[in-house]
Amino acid sequence: MKNSTLSILFFSAIFLLGSIQLIANDGNGLKIGDVAPDFSLKNVDGNYVSMSDYEDPAGFIIVFSCNHCPFVVAIEDRLNALHERYAPMGWHLIAINPNDPAVVPDDSFEKMQIRAKEKNFQFPYVKDVGQEIFPKYGATRTPHFFLLDADRVVRYIGALDDNTRDASAVKDKFVENAIARIMRGMDPDPLETRAIGCTIKVQE
Amino acid sequence: MKAILLLLIFLNSGQLFALEPIVDNIKSDEVEVKVVDFDQLSPYLCPESDSETTYIINFFATWCKPCVDELPYFLELHADYMDKGLHFILVSLDFPQHLESRLKPFLKENSVTAEVFLLDDPAANDWIPKVNDDWSGAIPATIVCRAGESSFYEKTFHSTDELVELIQPFLNQ
Repeated sequence: MKNSTLSILFFSAIFLLGSIQLIANDGNGLKIGDVAPDFSLKNVDGNYVSMSDYEDPAGFIIVFSCNHCPFVVAIEDRLNALHERYAPMGWHLIAINPNDPAVVPDDSFEKMQIRAKEKNFQFPYVKDVGQEIFPKYGATRTPHFFLLDADRVVRYIGALDDNTRDASAVKDKFVENAIARIMRGMDPDPLETRAIGCTIKVQE
Repeated sequence: MKAILLLLIFLNSGQLFALEPIVDNIKSDEVEVKVVDFDQLSPYLCPESDSETTYIINFFATWCKPCVDELPYFLELHADYMDKGLHFILVSLDFPQHLESRLKPFLKENSVTAEVFLLDDPAANDWIPKVNDDWSGAIPATIVCRAGESSFYEKTFHSTDELVELIQPFLNQ
């Protein structure tokens, strides 16, 4: 009996070590359950924005976004609506532009200021100068959403909804449903989704 | 969406019969683009029965700069290897309303030799993992495959040689 208990412990330990190894090897970027790093990035209004600036947040809707990508342009109005609806509930939308303006001039800070004004963004639209934040998150495209709870734990990664191109044809609002479930103490379902987007532009 | 497309076809062809069939198979001048949903597209992607052909499949859009930048390498590759069993499929993720105004002129201008599809299927979360489980959804993305074997690349290519290296193991199979 004692032997078998020991061997179960032994194999559990090996299994555990194995899984830790797997997690460590499994690419870069955040996974569901990880704590997302905070940042201090310059907003289009000239101020720097950090998640720690918000008092008593319910959570954060972090979206890697940009000016030039048609799949971002297609959801800009939905971003405004999202902010309007969820900011009063303590869910703060922060859009981060990770693109190198040397590669895509349309994604320069100045062009971001123009776009934010045109679209009357009421949420921070910040620049990932130096492109250090998006790799930490593991963002691969724009738009790319990361839903964080009050403790900055990653709860959902993926698309805003199931129809990027056409807001009127959306059937499943992934981000909104995820927020609703988190607020009811449940895990989002699905935890992760995918969507077509523009690659994040870095110098070759 | 479909109505706009049909209208475009109508305006373009000036003939009523173009309104007749579905948007399945659209011909105008010499540029042919098949407008499909994912279920209609998937039989074309690496059919296992076709063991003689190596497929190179590139997901792109005219608005995607790295996609446009790498296209000449794919065209050069295709020119060099089309008679050695390479089939080049280009899957456009352009918005369907831009079929006539952007996609077709682009294909013509770049003398694209590929078999071209416009994938009109907004349910991306359903079909992206079916293309490849490792694909996040960023474009460009490329598959090389033959007879059930395949490699997937979510990256931009910078030379024809890079592509030659990818297809060699499949051609020599």
